[in-house]
Amino acid sequence: MAAEAPPTSTPQHAAGPSGPNHGLRIFVIWLILSLAADLIIWFVWGPHLPPGAMSSSASTQQFTIRVMAVMAAPVMVLVLVYFIYALVVWRAKPEDEQDGPPLHGNTRIQAIWITLTSVIVLALFVFGTVTLYTSNGAGGGQGASPLQVPSGPVLQVQVIGQQWKFTYRYPQFGGFETTDLVLPTNQWVQFNVTSIDVIHSFWAYQLGVKADANPGVNNVAFTKIDHAGTFVVRCAELCGLWHGAMFDYGQALSPAAFQAWAKVTEAKLADVTAALPPYSLTYDPTFIPQMSKAMVAGGFNGAQGFFYAPQDPFQP
Amino acid sequence: VSLPARVSLLIVAFLGVVAIGAFVVLHYFLGGPPVEDYSSGVAANTGATVHVVMQEAPENTVSTHPDWVSYFIQNPQTKAWVHTTLFSVPAGSRVDMTIYGFDGCTPLRNPYWGKVTGVIGNTVDVNGKAYSFINSWSGCNVGHTFSIPSINLNVPMATPGLIQANKPGLCPTAPCQPGTPAQVPYRVMQFSFMTPHTTGEYYWQCRVPCGGGFLTGFGGPMQTIGFMTGNMTVVS
Repeated sequence: MAAEAPPTSTPQHAAGPSGPNHGLRIFVIWLILSLAADLIIWFVWGPHLPPGAMSSSASTQQFTIRVMAVMAAPVMVLVLVYFIYALVVWRAKPEDEQDGPPLHGNTRIQAIWITLTSVIVLALFVFGTVTLYTSNGAGGGQGASPLQVPSGPVLQVQVIGQQWKFTYRYPQFGGFETTDLVLPTNQWVQFNVTSIDVIHSFWAYQLGVKADANPGVNNVAFTKIDHAGTFVVRCAELCGLWHGAMFDYGQALSPAAFQAWAKVTEAKLADVTAALPPYSLTYDPTFIPQMSKAMVAGGFNGAQGFFYAPQDPFQP
Repeated sequence: VSLPARVSLLIVAFLGVVAIGAFVVLHYFLGGPPVEDYSSGVAANTGATVHVVMQEAPENTVSTHPDWVSYFIQNPQTKAWVHTTLFSVPAGSRVDMTIYGFDGCTPLRNPYWGKVTGVIGNTVDVNGKAYSFINSWSGCNVGHTFSIPSINLNVPMATPGLIQANKPGLCPTAPCQPGTPAQVPYRVMQFSFMTPHTTGEYYWQCRVPCGGGFLTGFGGPMQTIGFMTGNMTVVS
């Protein structure tokens, strides 16, 4: 067996003193592509990112997604550029069978990389927290005691989840209840979201509002609608057989048109409103003070969440 | 083990898997309650009238769940009661609905659903008397609802009174027959609505938590097609 010949020349992939400056090349390519990507994301793609800009909360979410995309794009571009550059430039030639140069750690690169990514993550953390706080929760459910409440007049709308439909009560208009979600533009709306059976989730997509509807819990979310129009309301929590059909359309009207609608609806539903339980932030289906004496005498006390009289069929 | 034995074993195993697959497909996906066809012979989008007849029975003695409350639909040709909640109607037509209510009362969790919506005149006739709202908390008035959410249709189903329900008692055997025996109490609900012009499946449900014994009363029959929920198929 013939002895292996020693290497006679410097490997092609090792940049010698006179070789190309790979770092500079990668940096320039990365800079150009990142700038292009960020400009496209911000100016071309950004205005079309979900959930749109129909309301304050939707705009906040869209702005946040744009900022995050703009910050994430250079990172992704760097990884891809380095990956492709390595594949193209440092690819071993077909006749090259020698080992590559040994790898060594580079403390400076590691320090830069860790510092840079830490700064990005911490900056996003601060940005996200400040945005969440200054935008009154950015349309998300904040529980019963929200940290930030908008100033000025706020329209109260209660969202009641039930299998498989949301209904809405307007306490500032006599507490009427309806299946139509109608809201005014240019006014803060406070959604008080609850459920009277299982867990649902109120998701007004174009408004950027999403709040869980839990029985016995009031979950508060805020938004301010900028443009009149329609929006989709969906249940975002698997809630039973017809969960997929639990969607509807809401409507945003001018303040004057909303006032007219609310007053007409309040008058139209007065007889139904009189039979509803008094407006409350949550409802306890196991206790119905309005239950008639005859019903109570018949055993319909609502105990344990069931309305069945003792003699009725019961499935254990 | 010989080659023929191994081949035979392989064939048997393969056939077994195929049989299990076929069973699953036939039993779970293609099985289910029949669809009562109220659309045959009626032209769609002409405003023609079809008459759909249903009943809600307190105890379902014709299924594997005898203590589940259930709707039944009358076959339009034979007039026999069929244990199903699926029916088809022509698009753009008027449906005159008659529902016999044999079940006792259970208050609505949300009394809002005592309001009649989405039907012609926004009223339901209960034994010939028109109602636009029935308060299920003020008395033994409501047993179930018939609701098609996508067309905003909601009709509370009235019940025999509490005294009537306790004595002589509710219909004991499903499907119930109006007037047989004579003392079995029931109510007759009649209302009309227009079917959508868009064909497709429109699910309907009951809004009374009548799945007794299940979480929030909305399990069992409330979540099972063929009992307290089903589909109205609108065809062209």
